[in-house]
Amino acid sequence: MSAAPKPRVKIPKKAKAGETVVLKTLISHEMESGQRKDKDGNPIPRKIINKFTCEFNGQPVFSCDIDPAISANPYFEFSAKVNESGTFKLTWVDDDGSVYTDEQTIEVA
Amino acid sequence: FVPALQLLPGRAVAATEEVGKLIADFAGGKEPQSGKLTLTAPEIAENGNTVPISVEVESAMEGDDMVDQVLILADGNPSADVATFAFTALSGKAAATTRMRLARTQNVIAVARMADGSVYMDKKEVKVTIGGCGG
Amino acid sequence: YLSNPVRAMAQQKLTQDDLLSFDARGQVTLLHFTDVHAQLMPIYFRPPDTNIGVGDYAGIPPHLVGEAFLKEFGIEAGSPLAYAHTFLDYVDLARAYGRLGGLDRTATLVKAIRAERGEDKVLFLDGGDTWQGSYTSLKTNGQDMVECMKLLKPDAMTGHWEFTFGEERFLEIIESMGYPFLASNIFDAEWDEPAFDNTAMFERGGVQVAVIGQAMPYTPIANPRWMFPKWSFGIRPDVLQANVDAAREAGAEIVVLISHNGFDVDRKLCSVVKGIDVILTGHTHDAVPVALQVEDTLVMSSGSHGKYLGRIDLEVSDGKVTGYSSKLIPVFSDVIAPDAEMAAKIGEMRAPYKDELGRVIGKTDSLLYRRGNFNGTWDDLICRGIMEERDTQIALSPGFRWGTTLLPGQDITIDDLYTETSMSYPAVYRNEMTGAQLKEVLEDVCDNLFNPDPFLQQGGDMVRVGGMTYTCTVNAKIGNRISDMTLAATGEPVDPDRSYVVGGWASVNEGTEGPAIYDLMESYISGKGTVSVPDERTVKVIA
Ligand SMILES: [Mn+2]
Ligand SMILES: [Mn+2]
Repeated sequence: MSAAPKPRVKIPKKAKAGETVVLKTLISHEMESGQRKDKDGNPIPRKIINKFTCEFNGQPVFSCDIDPAISANPYFEFSAKVNESGTFKLTWVDDDGSVYTDEQTIEVA
Repeated sequence: FVPALQLLPGRAVAATEEVGKLIADFAGGKEPQSGKLTLTAPEIAENGNTVPISVEVESAMEGDDMVDQVLILADGNPSADVATFAFTALSGKAAATTRMRLARTQNVIAVARMADGSVYMDKKEVKVTIGGCGG
Repeated sequence: YLSNPVRAMAQQKLTQDDLLSFDARGQVTLLHFTDVHAQLMPIYFRPPDTNIGVGDYAGIPPHLVGEAFLKEFGIEAGSPLAYAHTFLDYVDLARAYGRLGGLDRTATLVKAIRAERGEDKVLFLDGGDTWQGSYTSLKTNGQDMVECMKLLKPDAMTGHWEFTFGEERFLEIIESMGYPFLASNIFDAEWDEPAFDNTAMFERGGVQVAVIGQAMPYTPIANPRWMFPKWSFGIRPDVLQANVDAAREAGAEIVVLISHNGFDVDRKLCSVVKGIDVILTGHTHDAVPVALQVEDTLVMSSGSHGKYLGRIDLEVSDGKVTGYSSKLIPVFSDVIAPDAEMAAKIGEMRAPYKDELGRVIGKTDSLLYRRGNFNGTWDDLICRGIMEERDTQIALSPGFRWGTTLLPGQDITIDDLYTETSMSYPAVYRNEMTGAQLKEVLEDVCDNLFNPDPFLQQGGDMVRVGGMTYTCTVNAKIGNRISDMTLAATGEPVDPDRSYVVGGWASVNEGTEGPAIYDLMESYISGKGTVSVPDERTVKVIA
């Protein structure tokens, strides 16, 4: 792993009550599949992001169980229906137990 | 044009039985139907390492008309599993996009399980090519 | 050949006024120029003798050659148009009618049409593959073409080989050129958002015209993706439909697509996307004498290498095309007076390289041409060069559709050599491949050419093979088209399990090593002095 995984997201800052908004998320991660071998023919151990979740004000919105077939720098685009202002909490769980999070607020009028 | 040999065969691929079993387990005994679920994938992958795929299920996403989960599989990778999306009423819409690896030309399969237990399936072949020449 | 009596007669018959004569009508004139591949000077370009259409597109334009082409378009054998559009009697007619193209001649035509119609009625659109394909474009990173194209004042362009100058250079040019680069189908690979403007609105003859651009959908597959990794392409018909609808919403009375999809992709697009009035198509280098109506859309395909200028006049009322006339104007260089301003600019661009451009490296005894689905003598020569200079059993040369023609008896200059080989990833690799891998490569490329679904076609020709013969069953499925692979040297069948030494050029893989194809071929041709390449058909084609 070259650098610590870094989440990046595109989430609207404002929405109307009851609107369904689109969220785009990326996290830098090599997603080592466990299926590759190194130069000496030894298997390279698996190390992937295995779970992604999105909550809004503590309630689940969307989640994904992830297998090694998901590309490096995993990308997820999905929707959320917002009825009030609040905070999106995004969480990525690494095979090595690390947890990466990002929070974004949205103002709903 | 060029030989990009890493895409050529010789690696293990997911067996048809494995795909069948994964679908059966997910469907909980129900026979997957067509309709409601649309899987979108490119006909030709620009880059087998990162192929965009999207799913969308027709659903009000409230009350009984709710999508629980969508399973994504690929029948020509070393392992068939790709991802499982879970939606809620707060999703607003049962739609999601991700990017996946395709070792070779193969089918990408999406299976949606609704809150009422009914199951829908869609499938797209994605061609992974070593590339052409050009005008 | 100036004293050639046939040529003198041929030219007496043909005048600049004949070439420009046109049934002008309506409020809007579209001029289409595409796939010039950096050919500033007049050229010979032998049209293909093999251009196979598959599925629903078999035997219809543009998949007609020779006699069938003449018949379809009512062209008389031996006439100027027969010479421009077919391979029939090519060498004799080339000697009679001379070269076509030259950007100074095109400039004369464009100026004449703007003068005739009034500038306010004319849209001049560049379909791309404009900057790549010559010695001077390689040495100046496309700047020679940028400077010359500026004088033609295009209203918009789209592209394909433009991207092989790399992301940074590409952006530098489109920001400086003074007209929009349009691409509805290029998205930022990271966030999946439009990477370029897709539409430009113009008022011409009192009509609101929306011009939408469509770049070559398979650029990252056909060319090195690592040179422009931030962009994702594809056909994206849904996106295009949305952009067409948005243009109408914004007041467009007609919608024109300047496309680098290729002819068959655009033919299919006519039934998939609604509301496009005209598609000006490029990439497949098909020269079709008039616009063809496909469903509710007119499709114009204006050839390549500066041989033609496409013109289509439109009568528009109530947001519809109610009448049109169209013509592909062949740019006979001996008949059209060069535009002085453009001629001077071309001279200025070429001057720093004058000695090198004119340097003779050999001579050809036979016709050297490239275009055709399977073979061309230029690529046969290149395959021989690779096998000899890199000591390989087999050679592969990509099925590019750019590259011009030399007549028997012509000198081969550096200018000529780069017209066949100029590119930004020229390394000639030398690899071992098994017979099975070779078959896989041929099957893959063949499916990109002959898949019955045009949306899966990438628009080139079949990879050329030296040192090996094979049979191609065009209408079979992938995996079953290629058979009877045989080593030419020994007549032995190619063994799927054995390794062969294979050389080739234009690999899209980053870090490919080897001498540049133009250097290798300069060495090979200089060594031979005079080359002679028989027109052998080493591929047995079952159509
Ligand atoms: Mn071209
Ligand atoms: Mn092209």
